[in-house]
Amino acid sequence: MRDIAIIGIGMIKFGELWKKSLRDIAVEAALNCMKDAGTDRIDSITIGCMSGGLFNGQEHLASLLPDYLGRHTTPAVRVESACASGGMAVRSAFMEVASGMSDYVLALGVEKMTDVSENIETYTLATTADGDYEAFHGINLPGLYALMAKAHIEKYGTTRNQLAEVAVKNHRNGALNPYSQFPMEITVDTVLRSPMVADPLRLFDCSPITDGAAAVLITTVEEAKKIGKQPLVIISGIGVASDTIALCQRKDILKLEAVELAGQRALKMAGKTINDINFAEVHDSYTIAEIMVIEALGIVKEGQGGVATANGLTSLNGKFPINPSGGLKSKGHPIGATGVAQICEAVLQLRGQAGKRQIKNAKTALTQNMGGSGGSCVIHILEAK
Amino acid sequence: MEVARHWRETPERYRMEAGKCSKCGKIAFPGRMVCPKCGSTEFTKHTLSGKGKLVTYTIIRKAPDGFEDLVPYAVGIIELDDGIKILAQITDCNPEELKTGDRVVAKFRRINEDGKTGMIYYAYKFVPDVGI
Amino acid sequence: MVGIVGYGTQIPRYRIKIEEIAKVWGADAASFKRGLNLNEKSVPYPDEDCATLAVNAARNAMSRAGINPQEIGALYVGSESHPYAVKPTGATVSEALGACPYVHTADFEFACKAGTEAMFVALNLVKSGAVKYAIGIGSDTSQGSPGDALEYSASAGAAAYVMGAENLVAELIDTHCFMTDTPDFWRREHANYPEHGGRFTGEPSYMKHVSGAVNAILEKTKMKPEDFDYMIFHQPNGKFPVQMALKLGFKEPQFRFGLLTPTLGNTYSGSSPLGLAATLDEAKPNQLILLVSYGSGAGSDAFIFKTTERLLKVRDMAPRVRKQLDEHKMYLEYGQYAKFRHKIVKPE
Repeated sequence: MRDIAIIGIGMIKFGELWKKSLRDIAVEAALNCMKDAGTDRIDSITIGCMSGGLFNGQEHLASLLPDYLGRHTTPAVRVESACASGGMAVRSAFMEVASGMSDYVLALGVEKMTDVSENIETYTLATTADGDYEAFHGINLPGLYALMAKAHIEKYGTTRNQLAEVAVKNHRNGALNPYSQFPMEITVDTVLRSPMVADPLRLFDCSPITDGAAAVLITTVEEAKKIGKQPLVIISGIGVASDTIALCQRKDILKLEAVELAGQRALKMAGKTINDINFAEVHDSYTIAEIMVIEALGIVKEGQGGVATANGLTSLNGKFPINPSGGLKSKGHPIGATGVAQICEAVLQLRGQAGKRQIKNAKTALTQNMGGSGGSCVIHILEAK
Repeated sequence: MEVARHWRETPERYRMEAGKCSKCGKIAFPGRMVCPKCGSTEFTKHTLSGKGKLVTYTIIRKAPDGFEDLVPYAVGIIELDDGIKILAQITDCNPEELKTGDRVVAKFRRINEDGKTGMIYYAYKFVPDVGI
Repeated sequence: MVGIVGYGTQIPRYRIKIEEIAKVWGADAASFKRGLNLNEKSVPYPDEDCATLAVNAARNAMSRAGINPQEIGALYVGSESHPYAVKPTGATVSEALGACPYVHTADFEFACKAGTEAMFVALNLVKSGAVKYAIGIGSDTSQGSPGDALEYSASAGAAAYVMGAENLVAELIDTHCFMTDTPDFWRREHANYPEHGGRFTGEPSYMKHVSGAVNAILEKTKMKPEDFDYMIFHQPNGKFPVQMALKLGFKEPQFRFGLLTPTLGNTYSGSSPLGLAATLDEAKPNQLILLVSYGSGAGSDAFIFKTTERLLKVRDMAPRVRKQLDEHKMYLEYGQYAKFRHKIVKPE
């Protein structure tokens, strides 16, 4: 397997992008990426998009996007793993280059969620759960995370305020991120006064509906050195795992086993432990998700995610910053783009280009992207060389 | 209109029929082709116990299509007396008064419909076990 | 000898008081309560309908009957609120019980006597030897037009009867009926609510057919009102059946267990079948019960049952009617009631 580097990243501002279509935002991110990379060589494209079909009446992105990027003969494939589609697109790009099949692969994540009514948005998100044995019974994705939140509160004594602190921290970071959908600070009170969605989760515990796209250009370390990219950012480990799709069938509904396993696999491949990681971008689709993810990764002990967040462990100048970009909560969660956007943020930090939200001594990063209520997870380890 | 998709689940939804692995005895609900524990593909029919206790629950305030009239309603994970965990609505209750650990029992209920003229979907829900 | 092998009921947990309905329409609650002997009625939750009530009642009946569902040869649901106009409730109930595929069904409608007609047919299929067991169910979630007198009483409930020729809890002694084409109450195919003939629903309708059936069965069996331990009439309110009973020579102790309407409302096809179940819940062995239903349109079915020793053995294998009627009630305001009963107009 060849050594892999990321030589270009491309982001667009996330939000409700009424004037821009699916193909517009995907192409915009791709062009930004190529500009950042300083090359327009693309051998192949991997596309992370959860559901062009349900959100936009558009499948076959593997034809549409190369076409609209002005390269209609370029090979492409869409990769799907619910909300982990973006991370999995990066992994597919990695594999294509590492195997020697291609030298330059663009991993392009995109989701245009606002063209449909709120009901269709909710319905589509619920297809990431068990359609016949969960969604059929009237539960939605916030409801599934609410089940985990309630159990977490009852078992570990996690408080409503601690959950809110996740959102507060991520907004504080997101306010410093020019790509954020919601670049404004909030307070615990803002969270607690927002409408209840599924007890105990309120509107501000939940990531928003977002249009967005992000892209990274993957190549070999050898090629990257040739171009003279400094500092070099490499992907040194990837781990993927799945778990039961239905929450009630998990071994322990309070343990995100897919995250645990993916984390172990990624760290093993990179030859690292969690203590070697300086910061992480994680999948805070809901405040409780971030809490359970940092527990699953071993950043904090079992059940201590809420306490640690409230104590500032995961803040921008804490011992282990989580979601310096603002996370899904403040930056936005255009489903297929999220996993790629996490990688973009990690690269910016590792290059020292993160501006006001720069983490000191950022050398090794972990990005964690997961699908549905935790049924799939992909983790990348990135290092500055 | 998705008639076959729903009709196919009749044994599970109407009678709570599960599959019991002939090799290791693990019960899978819904039934499936491959045992999640031992990988065997031989099963016998096992009807789930209709009684259990509430493991965790939430109260849905923003409902998916078709469930608006029920808001606020409780959905939870129930651990049945035969050890199987199942997700379902808890009905015939004030959702705010539910507690983890409450005993519940399965009832046949109307889940949703495909509009005013389409198919009606029935399945199990759970109610507090008060002997009614 | 044929009769009832098992019986079961299901009543929703929600209620609304007469005062609450009267408040909205500016009516005099006190006089309604007095005039109709009606205090509150049951309200089905949005996840309940004629089919769900029928299934849950039938499962309770099966608990008392103790039979293999595959031995059910026929199952009939009588209702005026079948969930589909075309697609039988009986198929859903049979499937839920595990009686399919070798089971006859088709839905019954005859206003409030659809349930007893289903029971009559079930009994006679067993009697003829055509089937081993047959189930007759009366189940309704009927509606009253907003502000109309019927809104105060139209309620929801179901009673199911497993009929067979062995292990009976009550033997069938005899049956009779009285039916004529009478326009006292009806609902056209696409109408949301029924219409009725006001005072015409009394003497030429309810009174004529109930007394017609009572007189016919008493004459056939050479019995007198005082021979019965219990009697149940169809009970559209708490007044008519009492007036009727007293007029025909029955006394209050005979109908005290079977009169449920004052706190249940009129469960239409479930009405007299539920009254019978409530009576079976209290009766001793070897007691005689007279059941006379009434369905607008119009007709009455009369049955005479005699309880057995086995009734005491199986009675507690399923919830009693009074437990479902009196305990764990949840009261609604009119707005919630209107939402549950789909009386609020929404966009298409």
